[in-house]
Amino acid sequence: MLIKRPSDIPFSEVTPEELYLNRRQFIKQAAGVAVGAGGVSLGAACDAKAEQASQDKLTSYEDITTYNNFYEFGTGKEDPSRNAGRLRTKPWTVTVDGHVRKPGTYDLDDLLSGLTTVDRIYRMRCVEAWSMVIPWEGVPLRDLLAKVEPTPSARYVAFTTLYDPEQMPGQRRSVLEWPYVEGLRLDEAMHPLTLIATGIYNRPLPNQNGAPLRLVVPWKYGFKGIKSIVRISLVERQPPTTWNIAAPREYGFYANVNPEVDHPRWSQARERRIGELRMRPTLPFNGYAEQVASLYAGMDLRRYF
Amino acid sequence: MRSPAVPPKVARAAIFLLCLAPFLRLVWDAANGDLTANPIEDLTLRTGWWTLTFVMVTLAVTPVRRVTGWNRVVQYRRMFGLFAFFYACLHVSVYFGLDQLLSFDYILEDIVERPYITVGFSAWVLMIPLALTSTKGWIRRLGRRWQRLHRLVYATAVLGVLHFLWLVKADVREPLIFATVLTGLFLLRLPVFRRRRAPSRPPPAARVRPAVAAGSDRIAAGDSSRGRLAS
Repeated sequence: MLIKRPSDIPFSEVTPEELYLNRRQFIKQAAGVAVGAGGVSLGAACDAKAEQASQDKLTSYEDITTYNNFYEFGTGKEDPSRNAGRLRTKPWTVTVDGHVRKPGTYDLDDLLSGLTTVDRIYRMRCVEAWSMVIPWEGVPLRDLLAKVEPTPSARYVAFTTLYDPEQMPGQRRSVLEWPYVEGLRLDEAMHPLTLIATGIYNRPLPNQNGAPLRLVVPWKYGFKGIKSIVRISLVERQPPTTWNIAAPREYGFYANVNPEVDHPRWSQARERRIGELRMRPTLPFNGYAEQVASLYAGMDLRRYF
Repeated sequence: MRSPAVPPKVARAAIFLLCLAPFLRLVWDAANGDLTANPIEDLTLRTGWWTLTFVMVTLAVTPVRRVTGWNRVVQYRRMFGLFAFFYACLHVSVYFGLDQLLSFDYILEDIVERPYITVGFSAWVLMIPLALTSTKGWIRRLGRRWQRLHRLVYATAVLGVLHFLWLVKADVREPLIFATVLTGLFLLRLPVFRRRRAPSRPPPAARVRPAVAAGSDRIAAGDSSRGRLAS
């Protein structure tokens, strides 16, 4: 069952953060699940490093929901939390098309029904050199894709955000090419870490964070995490991506977090965790190298940045 | 030349407080934790924005005087310029002290390798001699060279706008507004916009004096026709 709580849950009933953390601690001990770096148990990944990452302090709910890049609602960091209120997330349909056996326009609840919701604490590294630690809730993208059954000719997954300047005032100006589009290689999309998020901190995803469903790929820069998805297409060729269209020298298709490859205008070697003063070194693949580096074996990551 | 409605000292104090207001607002927001989830970034952006704004205000003095004939505005040019430098120093301090925690390796790397930082840093460096020579003593000592030196403000303005333009990811609206304003301020310096109201042209020997008077109450209406240098 995906929708665990109605969206009109009173604020008083939301689990306080401390209890939430305790609960996580309990689950972790009871089930022996590694939260944190991997978010899931991935065999060898459950090592000391993952353990350390799981102790990363969670970014506060307030910071996660008031400091956003979601240019559809304005380019200032606080614009989305101010302007996203007018987005209607119910009803919400997602069109699935391309090389799938079960194409169609699905109501969101239908699309996600039968899929198991998981909790994942992931680091998020923005291309602007800040980062957060976010407790997501959602379904692994691979489960969702399995449901619509890609055919063998599907090699990439393309995503599209809602285009509606009425609801998304930022789209009235052509800061970027609207609607926002993103894409993954199929093996990236099928990786167990890749998540379609529907909530944070056990609450429904706030609009400014990409309600009602968004992509989360923890080893890539945040802009890959396309928000408020209305279309998922299984395609043969590498799909266009918004930031790559806007500035191809600066934002590649892969956008893997890589401290070795600077943004042409600033260093990617360090990052500032929101809520902290001192910068910290950025980890290759945002610290998920053990889980995902093999996806890029043999690739020149300077070229395919 | 009309006489001011308020005593000069009161007007000066009021303008000073007005210039200081953005800083007081920053302090207030900092004390109340209202600097967004990323306070260092917010401080950096806001001090940078006010630096550029005060550079524009300083550069607006001459066109305003020429177009409106309101000569007394010149008295405040030095204050505007020094406030521009004040906000620039805050901006640089936030970057050096809070953002980079005085780790000079990183700062040096940034200045050398990141073009927008190179440009921004240069803009600030160019302001230093202007601030240092803003006293009456230096104005007197440097004479005509003072005016020539203070044309560096044009370079500061261009580099500052370029710095802003270069660092934004996609939304260039604000830096373009600054660029437009700056272009306008440059165009207004064209001779076309100069008022033809020059009284008797003072002898060359007196050319130094109006600069001395800038920022003091002694500026005379007749001096305004020669504000073409260093203004």
